[in-house]
Amino acid sequence: MIFDPGADDRLDRAFMALADPVRRGIIARLSRGPATVNELAEPFAITKQAVSKHIQVLEHAGLVTRTRDAQRRPVHLDAAQLEALTAWIDRYRLIHEQQFRTLDALLAEAPGPDAGASVAPDAPIARRGDSAEPGAAAGHAREEI
Amino acid sequence: MTNPVTITAPEGLPFVEIEREFDAPVAAVFNAHRDPELVKRWLGPNGYEMKVDRWDFVPQGGYRYLHVDPEGEEYAFNGTFHSVRENEFAVQTFEYEGFPDVVAVESMSFEDLGGGRTLLRIHSTYPSLEARDGMIQSNMEQGLTEGYARLDGVLAA
Repeated sequence: MIFDPGADDRLDRAFMALADPVRRGIIARLSRGPATVNELAEPFAITKQAVSKHIQVLEHAGLVTRTRDAQRRPVHLDAAQLEALTAWIDRYRLIHEQQFRTLDALLAEAPGPDAGASVAPDAPIARRGDSAEPGAAAGHAREEI
Repeated sequence: MTNPVTITAPEGLPFVEIEREFDAPVAAVFNAHRDPELVKRWLGPNGYEMKVDRWDFVPQGGYRYLHVDPEGEEYAFNGTFHSVRENEFAVQTFEYEGFPDVVAVESMSFEDLGGGRTLLRIHSTYPSLEARDGMIQSNMEQGLTEGYARLDGVLAA
């Protein structure tokens, strides 16, 4: 209900791109900062051309971009795209995470104008009983002995 | 600071377990589940408006609500509240009207951790593994397992 077919294609390409250990190594390296093809090729016992091909696949998948910087053409990780990938995997959890964060914010709110109808959340320190905050009394309304 | 949510979907069993702590007293967390005006403000995904037809958070009560997305598309959910014990425990059924008759049973326990903190534990049981996984994966079923495996590779590299 949220994802369009275009996003689906991008995910397919991204996962296919990440199905290769050399490309995963390149992504891992780029997560520490941009690098040139030469730098990226160093840890691998393969030709520079082969590494260039891997970079093209990653580029096509939208995971990396290349910029021109004088004579260098460093490769950059597109962190947002990688995040979109993990966000998809994690969508169910993220919905709950976000929902519970909203609940956090609600619970942390100072008693609002209509707080009489509901239990006003008291601040954690107010529990110790040494607080004389105006809001604390409402917070203890349900804590009868 | 936010507390992490833990979601466990054991392989081969139609359960989902969710755990989350809150820096708020158990009475406040419970009330945020009981009071429909409060529930509206946190239940459901970001960017969706929640309309409540019915919300009786009492034993043998029930509920029906709709999530309305920014395009105006409505997703309706309903169920009954079987048991509700104040500041302690509740059991509800949960049905997405887009998949009628696939009903999950969800128990929620509200545990007072002391110091104004609460642990919320939700245990959902689905009628089948397919229903459970369909719920989790929504309309993106393919490749989830592979996706995880590949992501593991990325993270481990």
